[in-house]
Amino acid sequence: MSAVAGSSGMASVAAAAEPRLRVEQASFAYAATDKSAPKFTLGPITFEAQKHELIAILGPNASGKSTLLGLLAGMHAPLAGRIALDSTEISKLDARERAQRIALVHQESELLFPLRVWEYVLQGRYPYGRRLRFESEEDCLMAGNALAQVGADALRDRWMDQLSGGEKQRVILARALAQQPLLLLLDEPTQHLDIGGKVELLRRLRKLTAEQRYTVLVVTHELNLAAEFSDRIVLLHKGKCLRAGTPAEVYDRAALEEVFEAPLEVEMRANGRPRVTVHGSEHG
Amino acid sequence: MHLETKPESEFEEPKASLAQQSGSVAGVRAFRPLTPRRLVFICVMLLVALFVAVVIALRMGTFPISIREIVTTLFNGAIGRRAEIPSDYWLVVFGLRLPRIALGILVGAALSTAGAGYQALLRNPLADPYVLGVSSGAALGAIISLIVAPRVPGLIQLAAFVGAVATIAVVYFLGRRGGQLDSGTLLLAGIVTASFLSAVIMFLMTTLSGRDLRGMSFWLMGDLAAPPSVNMGWLYFLLAIGIGTIYGTAADLNLILTGEQEARHLGVNVNRVKLVVYLAASILTGLAVSVSGAIGFLGLLVPHVMRMMFGTDYRVLIPTSAIGGAILIVLADTLARTVVAPTELPVGAMTAIAGAPLFIYLMRRRVR
Repeated sequence: MSAVAGSSGMASVAAAAEPRLRVEQASFAYAATDKSAPKFTLGPITFEAQKHELIAILGPNASGKSTLLGLLAGMHAPLAGRIALDSTEISKLDARERAQRIALVHQESELLFPLRVWEYVLQGRYPYGRRLRFESEEDCLMAGNALAQVGADALRDRWMDQLSGGEKQRVILARALAQQPLLLLLDEPTQHLDIGGKVELLRRLRKLTAEQRYTVLVVTHELNLAAEFSDRIVLLHKGKCLRAGTPAEVYDRAALEEVFEAPLEVEMRANGRPRVTVHGSEHG
Repeated sequence: MHLETKPESEFEEPKASLAQQSGSVAGVRAFRPLTPRRLVFICVMLLVALFVAVVIALRMGTFPISIREIVTTLFNGAIGRRAEIPSDYWLVVFGLRLPRIALGILVGAALSTAGAGYQALLRNPLADPYVLGVSSGAALGAIISLIVAPRVPGLIQLAAFVGAVATIAVVYFLGRRGGQLDSGTLLLAGIVTASFLSAVIMFLMTTLSGRDLRGMSFWLMGDLAAPPSVNMGWLYFLLAIGIGTIYGTAADLNLILTGEQEARHLGVNVNRVKLVVYLAASILTGLAVSVSGAIGFLGLLVPHVMRMMFGTDYRVLIPTSAIGGAILIVLADTLARTVVAPTELPVGAMTAIAGAPLFIYLMRRRVR
């Protein structure tokens, strides 16, 4: 398992011109055992993301979205190709360095013991701590700041298991922000939210991306929300990157119909963002 | 739907926006992170409580001795003025009662810390060395070592440790369902393993009844009456290693408890932490069982009480569980010695009376 490494000396010279995230011909394969043929292959995938950009990774189930997210989060190294964050290969960062640069927001998990919101958000400061990781004044400031950024200041003393779905989502996001990441990855963050919650979350991400230093990548099924809120879209299909570009470039009727296996209609709106509707409903 | 984009000039690094937003110190104070000072304060308070428990334990018994006399005796003993202590006081305090209390402190600290460790390791709030069958496995290991080579010093502790490690491995694999650790299946696997191992212990004890293996109730219920055959200092050394090792992973365990996958993403080496806690908790269980038999429910009871008192942070939970376990067992053993005097109950009976209802309560609350 070897990744094609670029010359790191050259890379640092070229750092100014480098995008925040550069995915170059990255590929990956899952196999049941080492010797059996791979069950699922991903890539090669190529795209870039700049600072202040919100990228949506779009695709149906089993299209490789989660695998790509795993590669971006540094959970596994690409089999071939290169994924670099500010010119450093992600798979070469150690766990602590990685956690200081990349934050992944999961679909929520069950807590074993009750935890206050502030305790939960402070956990995001773990990558900055020393041995027993007593939190410093700065850690508290950062965590408080993260809560403020998601508008969850008032929730600070609540118990995690007493929050509504939308509140919990914001607190989980706050923990990720407390990591002060360069790259913020979200794995289907809108899944358990109603439409109001979805719009609220994406607006917030949009705002954070614009105001702060983050680059945000969101894995989602939601075609129209992705078109409305993202700067660029990576469309995955059966492990391949079918298209990558602005929503207007990616939302091609034939391509979307092939990927999602449904009769769709794409209309271009006045603001330059496409809208997708299901075509079949009109014909019964 | 309009986009709330801002021009580049308003771009702020988080740090810059921080100074403006959190001008109010009160906002920051609402975070009450654990400080070393608070940790030390809590531990000192608990140590004082432990000292009180020890004095009570020294006071109770057939030989009458007043609290004042106990404190004087302890003080004189501590500063080495043995000549000023009446010889019968010396015998009762330092010869009889204190060694048993020291043994209790060792066992209570070991089992409670092991319980807290297993709860994090298995992500199961009902985990406890006794419920999981680990204590029975350690007891069986200890008995086998007594049968095979009764005179080798330290072998019984090693054998109990091996028994504990092997049992938890078996229970772990029996407790999985479709590749995932299932909370209910795990407990069931532990309980079944415990009764199987207890049956093997009974079989060995019955067929080998002529040999000096201590009583059956010692191994099945737990008892502090018999002094250990090995040096107490050595046992305390092992205790310190076990607790210290688990304590070193306390911050990691906090994150693992909120989700293993998330802990990985936050930079925790989850596999290493789990292996370390697994071995250390097994050392502690083996250590306790080798000198006191299988005392039950302490590892369940104490961490839960400490969580209620001081929160779920493992950086507080580990030391408070260790001291709390010591307090509880010293008191429980005092009761076991005195409620049915002149005979004695095994201390395991006392902890089971308190622990089993708590287990049922916690289980029902979780199921809801």
